[in-house]
Amino acid sequence: MWDWIKIAVLGLVALLAALTANFARDLAYQVHALIVMAVAAGLFIYTVRTAGDEKPAQTGYNDGVVRAGVIATAFWGIAGFLVGTFIAFQLAFPQLNFDFLQGYGNFGRLRPLHTSAVIFAFGGNALLASSFYVVQRTSAARLWGGNAAWFVFWGYQLFIVLAATGYLMGATQSKEYAEPEWYVDLWLTIVWVVYLGIFLGTIIKRKEPHIYVANWFYLSFIITVAMLHVVNNLAIPVSLMGARSVGVMAGVQDAMTQWWYGHNAVGFFLTAGFLGMMYYFVPKQAERPVFSYKLSIIHFWALIFIYIWAGPHHLHYTALPDWASTLGMVFSIVLWMPSWGGMINGLMTLSGAWDKIRTDPIIRMMVISIGFYGMSTFEGPMMSIRAVNSLSHYTDWTIGHVHSGALGWNGMITFGALYFLTPRLWNRARLYSLSLVNWHFWLATIGIVLYAASMWVTGIMEGLMWREVDAQGFLVNSFADTVSAKFPMYVVRGLGGVLYLAGALIMCYNLWMTVRGQKEVSAAAATPAE
Amino acid sequence: METYTFLRQFADSWMLLALFIFFIGTWFWAFRPGSRPMHDDAANSIFRHEDAPADDGGALSQDNNTDPEGQK
Repeated sequence: MWDWIKIAVLGLVALLAALTANFARDLAYQVHALIVMAVAAGLFIYTVRTAGDEKPAQTGYNDGVVRAGVIATAFWGIAGFLVGTFIAFQLAFPQLNFDFLQGYGNFGRLRPLHTSAVIFAFGGNALLASSFYVVQRTSAARLWGGNAAWFVFWGYQLFIVLAATGYLMGATQSKEYAEPEWYVDLWLTIVWVVYLGIFLGTIIKRKEPHIYVANWFYLSFIITVAMLHVVNNLAIPVSLMGARSVGVMAGVQDAMTQWWYGHNAVGFFLTAGFLGMMYYFVPKQAERPVFSYKLSIIHFWALIFIYIWAGPHHLHYTALPDWASTLGMVFSIVLWMPSWGGMINGLMTLSGAWDKIRTDPIIRMMVISIGFYGMSTFEGPMMSIRAVNSLSHYTDWTIGHVHSGALGWNGMITFGALYFLTPRLWNRARLYSLSLVNWHFWLATIGIVLYAASMWVTGIMEGLMWREVDAQGFLVNSFADTVSAKFPMYVVRGLGGVLYLAGALIMCYNLWMTVRGQKEVSAAAATPAE
Repeated sequence: METYTFLRQFADSWMLLALFIFFIGTWFWAFRPGSRPMHDDAANSIFRHEDAPADDGGALSQDNNTDPEGQK
């Protein structure tokens, strides 16, 4: 019965998408309608061919979707790092904005492609895969909702493809990190609600008495992102047959909503969700429980209570009332404490096992990730102070700060989790090569150091040049002066990106050889005789 | 009273108090007497049920340390 409903719905969707492609008012909308038509038609054929087949019984953990998530994480990671490295060189060498790609491949179009690819595609898939893995293990229950997990996985990939192709064709609502247009936002909302249902359903049917702290972090990430996404993307489409929409808010309210969203995307997507990863994978890899479970509870509540107020620090010296930006600044500084509480909790989990940093490159990767978490959660509050912000805002210092957090904290903990997950998910005895993990570690670390250091130098230089006035009070430097002064640092930053990308490629080779180059072992044989 | 003024006054008084009490309450909750064994149990829950859910024999492997030896 269910199969017949699916066939009918998919056929209808394919037909409507075909009609939409015909009536579409702009290129992006037309291409997207064709993509949806192709996906629906493909699924239609697949469902017709498999209708009425015996469905295999669903027992054990649902790890298929986690495996798919691991592959997607690695794939989108490479794509996002590659685009990022390319646009870094576009800034250093503007000739790379090729004439034949004008309007599609220039910096302005590729930049949101890079940010969305690394945050939502790479980071999002890492969060999907790891949350599905962790919630099953810590709840001792199979994922709730059967194949809904596959809907979430493929639905999320479709969201990524629609968002990415839309950027290239200029379909954007111009909100940073929330660029996708109204219909893509609606699709993500559906996917996200199903994701929440699966996660909550699994927690509700858990066999463990407690909800492990990692699940609290994951759950807060899922719920808050749903709330942020819906409120910040409130918009009215100009036409149901076109990509353009108009936001319902305007002016300073719109700006405040955008940065409430923007900063909490950092706080809940890139921090709370990844802290869920930290609270599971670091203790597992270190083979000892988290340093203080009580501290982790306080870390959780303090983080979610304080983060949500920090957004206004993006709007110092704007039309936003002073009291609001002061509020944002104060909460940003208070936020330093729970952040470092969490960092201490993660690092001290290794107490009594510090030798693992020397012997286990995966632990080393996780430790440096927590280290970068600590560094960027110190730098961030400092930059949110109004006086510091007057120097740092609109400069490359901000970009350096974001990347020390994203490459250092999010990237490294994700790499650690991928190295942890791959042998387990594919039943392999061990990783293909630990020395390649070591290579990855050093390439990525040196890459981040080059990136962050060059951005500090160029950011502070640029900030100082912009505010420099002569004895008569005239500005000394033109904007173009700062651009040409930044050239060497831009080249160094690009090289940092090359190193980071090279490390990620080595990881992909290592993971590939772990699965393809080794024989499967049975679960029993993987248990060490201790 | 207009909506903005009302909401603003409410946010600055009762809501602030309620949120603050809840937040401080989580500290007391975490450190309440007798919570230690429960927290230890929760912290160790990640080492159980590595390979299978509790209802299909996962409980049998409760004390297994299932880390692959290759990671050490």
